Amino acid sequence: MQTVQPRSLPLRLPRVRPGGVLPILAILAVLVVLVGIRQPDFLAPPSLMSFLGRSAPIILLAAGQYFVIVSGEFDLSVGSLVTAQVVVAARLIDSDPARTWPVVLLLLAFGALVGLVNGLVTTRLRVPSFITTLGMFLILVGAVYLWSDGAPKGGLSEEFRRFGRRAFEDVPLLGRVPYALVVLVVLAVAAVLLMRSDFGRTLVAVGDNPRTAELSGVRVWRTRTFAFILSGLAAAVAAILLGGYSGVSFQAGNGLEFGAITAVVLGGVALGGGRGAVVGAMLGALTLELLFALMNFYGVSGALRSTVQGAIILLAVAVSATRSSSR
Amino acid sequence: MAALAAVTLLSVAACATDEPAASPSGSASAATGSGTGDQSKFFVQADYDAELALLDAAPTGPADKPWEQVLNPTMVDTAKFKKNGPHKICFSNAALNNPWRQVGFKTMQAEVEAQKSRIKEFVHVDAEGKDQKQIADINDLLGKGCDALIVSPNTTATLTPAVEAACKAGLPVVVFDRGVNTKCPVTFINPIGGYGFGHVGAEFVSQKMKPGGKVLALRILPGVDVLETRWSAAKVAFDKAKVDVVGVEFTDGDPAKTKKIVDDYIQRYGTIDGVWMDAGATAVAAVEAFQDAGKPVPPMNGEDQLDFLKIWKDKNLTAIAPTYPTYQWRTPILAVLQILDGKQVSSPWKLPQPTVTQDNLDKYLDPSMPPLHYAMCGCTDLPGYPQRWK
Repeated sequence: MQTVQPRSLPLRLPRVRPGGVLPILAILAVLVVLVGIRQPDFLAPPSLMSFLGRSAPIILLAAGQYFVIVSGEFDLSVGSLVTAQVVVAARLIDSDPARTWPVVLLLLAFGALVGLVNGLVTTRLRVPSFITTLGMFLILVGAVYLWSDGAPKGGLSEEFRRFGRRAFEDVPLLGRVPYALVVLVVLAVAAVLLMRSDFGRTLVAVGDNPRTAELSGVRVWRTRTFAFILSGLAAAVAAILLGGYSGVSFQAGNGLEFGAITAVVLGGVALGGGRGAVVGAMLGALTLELLFALMNFYGVSGALRSTVQGAIILLAVAVSATRSSSR
Repeated sequence: MAALAAVTLLSVAACATDEPAASPSGSASAATGSGTGDQSKFFVQADYDAELALLDAAPTGPADKPWEQVLNPTMVDTAKFKKNGPHKICFSNAALNNPWRQVGFKTMQAEVEAQKSRIKEFVHVDAEGKDQKQIADINDLLGKGCDALIVSPNTTATLTPAVEAACKAGLPVVVFDRGVNTKCPVTFINPIGGYGFGHVGAEFVSQKMKPGGKVLALRILPGVDVLETRWSAAKVAFDKAKVDVVGVEFTDGDPAKTKKIVDDYIQRYGTIDGVWMDAGATAVAAVEAFQDAGKPVPPMNGEDQLDFLKIWKDKNLTAIAPTYPTYQWRTPILAVLQILDGKQVSSPWKLPQPTVTQDNLDKYLDPSMPPLHYAMCGCTDLPGYPQRWK
């Protein structure tokens, strides 16, 4: 057999470097082909648009998680933050359309505040982010439980729900474009621009080597805190879209933190920070959702999803560890 | 000739009653053919037959107060518990962690208020869904001088010894909702049960949908007896009707997950002709999945939660809502007061389990109540209605 093949591969694809988006694009392309073979209708605009729309929350959460992970930290609180936001929104709106916009603003502020607290506790009190955000996770779960007596109250107005449920109708070529997808595209572009700005470069530098960054005049704690705030904001937007998609639920955010982390890792972002692109993280989330859709088309039990997710995390981290050690 | 007809009739009847018995054990091919899989190990044929018979039984008691009614009563003597009031009544509650229990508990509190001339104190302890806490709670309550103890057990087997200990303490014990494996409580109050619930929904869906169509069954989670019985009765009904059950999925009671699952099935099969659910909390999410995919909503069942009843009426769905009525939370208060009066009560106390249908939908749908309220609360005549439930 041709054992020379692997050696010549890096030469032919000089751009494959740790943290690049090419591997995830390749995986995504394979999945698209597989889906196209099994269920060609799925790639037609109506179902594709609806798929992208309902995947928007997890893609946004992956982008939020990316900021934190690339700066060298973790955010485990996003899932419970989403749940808290949905439950809070339902109770405050209480089916009154007039309260929609004030509550949307409040949710964004609440998300930013939770991020700020996560960031300050991690950077100023020097609590490892794994513990900080796990603590925040438990605090939010408990607080929501206490505040709502264990069952959601109130209801979301149709005005609030339209962000996650409605669409621009009759768009040429595409047909029905969900609002959620538009929100996603706008925020994705913003995230890419942000990563190209000075802040983005600083964020990666902080994750790569905080000491060097500190010595070159970067205020590491401020940068990392800002990353947590971005993650909190992403969770707020995801909560608005998810609450809109499915309505009030006590499980709205269950397991989303792991979904987001899996997506980020799958997108080629190194745990521990310093490497990877925000586009990779978002593509990772899209790939994960597409993989689940494919499993569905092949009739694989939904119960296997978490197993698959766990296997992906382990595999992706192992692969990235081997790659970085051979750097 | 008449004899021959009688024999034929008998054998037909025998076939009809035998069929469900055969499907869990013998006819594996039939079971896999309809996609419902193996019968649940929680399925008990005798209980199933008994519950289905109760669905047609005529209750005794006032027709406008189903929480006071009893199906097939068997009275027990309670003279030894006779005591002068007003009483101190204690309640060990499994949990308040879902809207059903929230509505139920508010109804119970309102009943206590309605009986305030006879109840001097009502002590409520919430076990927060934890067996260990509830065992400790019951033990604590025994030292608090309660005149009667009401228990809504978190799980059946684990709580049995705690309830037995309470019985030994000499005060009257009344158990409701989920049961315990002991006969020591004065009575056990619950509605007909899960087989009845599952059967009503499945029979409706298979009758209303197009013959041989595709059914999606949505369950909350496996392994819980009250939910397993609902599904196992539905399975029997679907196997009998020979519908094609294309999926049996677990939703964790999560609307987002439910909506995705239903959407997935619509994508995979193009159309779904019937939806059966073992609980109604996610029914609206299932309806929305069809609406958002631009498909007609097929015949389905939900529960008596108002969000479902509302969308049913607004969108003119073909639907039915079997119930696990929250008015059963009123009955234990009435029962303990009767017991403390030394009056006979029925044991077990089987409550009727009404079904919301197209014909009586308007009676149960009150759009001014919150979306997560349960229509079958039997609470409209209680103090504080409707504000207390909002």
